[in-house]
Amino acid sequence: MIPELTKFKGYSIKNLPKEEPLAPGHRACQGCGEILALRMAMKALGTDVIVCNATGCMEIVTSPFPHTSWRVPWIHIAFENAAAVASGVEAALKVLKRHGRFPKSRHVDVVAVAGDGGTADIGLQALSGALERGHDFVYICLDNEAYMNTGVQRSSCTPFGAMTTTSPPGARSIGQMTWKKNVPQIAVAHGIPYVATASPAFFLDLMNKVKKAALVKGPAYVHIYSPCPTGWGTRGEDSIKLARLAVDTKIFPLYEVIEGKYYLTRKITKPKPVEEYLKAQRRFRHLTPEIIEEIQRRVDAEYERLVKLSEL
Amino acid sequence: MGKRVAKEVSIAIADAVKLARAEVIAAYPITPQTHIVEHLSELVANGELDAEYITVESEHSAISAALGAVATGARTFTSTASQGLALMHEILFIAPALRLPVVMVVANRALSAPISIWNDHSDIMAERDIGWIQLWAENGQEAVDLVIQAFRIAEDRNVMFPTIVNIDGFTLSHVIEPVELPDQEEVDDFLPPFKPKYKLDPRKPLTMGPVGIPEIYFEAKKAQDEAFKNSRRAILRVWKDWAKRFGRVYNPVETYRTEDAEVVLLINGSLAETAMTAIDKMREQGKKVGLMRFRLWRPFPMQEFRKAVSGIPVLAVIDRALTPGGVGGPVATEVRSALYNAARRPRVVNFIAGLGGRDVTVEDFEEMADRAAFYLKKRPKEAYEMIGVRES
Repeated sequence: MIPELTKFKGYSIKNLPKEEPLAPGHRACQGCGEILALRMAMKALGTDVIVCNATGCMEIVTSPFPHTSWRVPWIHIAFENAAAVASGVEAALKVLKRHGRFPKSRHVDVVAVAGDGGTADIGLQALSGALERGHDFVYICLDNEAYMNTGVQRSSCTPFGAMTTTSPPGARSIGQMTWKKNVPQIAVAHGIPYVATASPAFFLDLMNKVKKAALVKGPAYVHIYSPCPTGWGTRGEDSIKLARLAVDTKIFPLYEVIEGKYYLTRKITKPKPVEEYLKAQRRFRHLTPEIIEEIQRRVDAEYERLVKLSEL
Repeated sequence: MGKRVAKEVSIAIADAVKLARAEVIAAYPITPQTHIVEHLSELVANGELDAEYITVESEHSAISAALGAVATGARTFTSTASQGLALMHEILFIAPALRLPVVMVVANRALSAPISIWNDHSDIMAERDIGWIQLWAENGQEAVDLVIQAFRIAEDRNVMFPTIVNIDGFTLSHVIEPVELPDQEEVDDFLPPFKPKYKLDPRKPLTMGPVGIPEIYFEAKKAQDEAFKNSRRAILRVWKDWAKRFGRVYNPVETYRTEDAEVVLLINGSLAETAMTAIDKMREQGKKVGLMRFRLWRPFPMQEFRKAVSGIPVLAVIDRALTPGGVGGPVATEVRSALYNAARRPRVVNFIAGLGGRDVTVEDFEEMADRAAFYLKKRPKEAYEMIGVRES
């Protein structure tokens, strides 16, 4: 076990940090699950951080000049390069400390934040480069399963069958025709010390995972499920309910991979049918029973594979 | 005093970056920039330069990481060429808008296709509007001096703009020249540590790179433009100081034997050295010819340029890049535009030469000067002519 993690007692209801590095008053949609997840992540990280944000919903809603929701240093350069910018920040802190130009004793967590498009599609190369080089930073992917900021276009993280503006169902289409890209597994393949999936429905688990990601030395990757009422066609007040359902149906399993070893952080012994999750969202309402069955089979198989990995 | 040594120019440039005490280097290898970054890697590996070298996976990430580093307050260097510069394109605009003073050496090379690793200026000419200070070196000494000066210029509190030093790929980057490398103490005295007013620091949080809504975007760009134009004063101040300390004089527009010239050739970069040989030869033959080159390309040195061309009958602009379907090569287009409102202006003729590593010889320069002299009497029919290209 990683020594930094064994010392960590974890957050509970009793010791939640009071700081809100991400201030309220931002312009996120009502019921946005992504901003909730980001707020929790920032609470877990505290104020000794530098945030490198990719272009996307979170960047837009938190920084319309002259306003900002950020009480911590924050930089946005472009869409595909959050991991590269974070690499530069991390390298600079290292050398500045060596040169006595930044207090040596002050630990600063470097955090890259991006959406699923900025991570799985356009930013994948920069992410891979930064993970491979071993920078001491945390990469947080807030996955709302499409390009929501530009008006709900499909990404490689859009789930099979989902309707988006560029994966519309029609006579020759069932909606998204490909299965969701598994970015956490890609991160694991880099041999980094810490990878986790998290959900805002399990906020203590989310905060603890983000904090652990910050505590480990070297790169850490946290993939966070982020409900999007606007893009998914769901009710704002249902975001957390939906996030819980995604976990309980095994669609979005919660796990950690610490130094290559898999741990299921929430074992689903009595799974709910995927249909319950799919029926609650307008983006899936066109799906036929046959396709729902196909999704169920795939979800079961992938979960089974994950269970086996955790037993290794 | 520094010592005079014979060095490959790329190696000398890396040594200059070391003398400038760069703290972060983020670079991706591309011919003909490689010798610069290889030598920097060596300097870091053997402890001669205490810097972080980020071996990024692309030029896009090279410039992105460089901006992250400089935003955090570290003196930062990168270098690229051609396709690499083109890959950086998106991020290049963001650096000056966020006032992030990274220094970059561009080893100028042709753009694909056909793919070519050889020298011309099409890479940098595609980046005229990025808002970086852009300088041209003619020889190894200038390359060394300009790199050290570039950090001081870029990081000046009255400037805070990223800066490019252009060196010709191969014809300058790979030649061995005598250069004087200043002593470390001299450079330290000239170039104080980088201390930006604004940086990413948890002790004083700030938001960098926010959304520019329509109510603010235009004003932000105007402020950037004015600050950029004002950087001219600081650049001149730095050059004055350099001349005082090191005895080498730098001007925004450099001229050679232009006093009574009837024809003046204008060419940027290392080929101006060949052009000088041609000028000397033609002068011996009694031809009144001179030479001019831009050292400062951005911000465009309007004042110095107009002064330099005043009284010249014909200016022959030699472009090392093509503007397909345009009104001339990129330098000629700008020069014509700069002179349009001048009370007295030379006739501007334009030649395109030396694309993709094609040699431009002394004879080629003579031919261009002769043709330009002919065009003094008779206006050219075309906006530009190509020199040194096979017709069949």
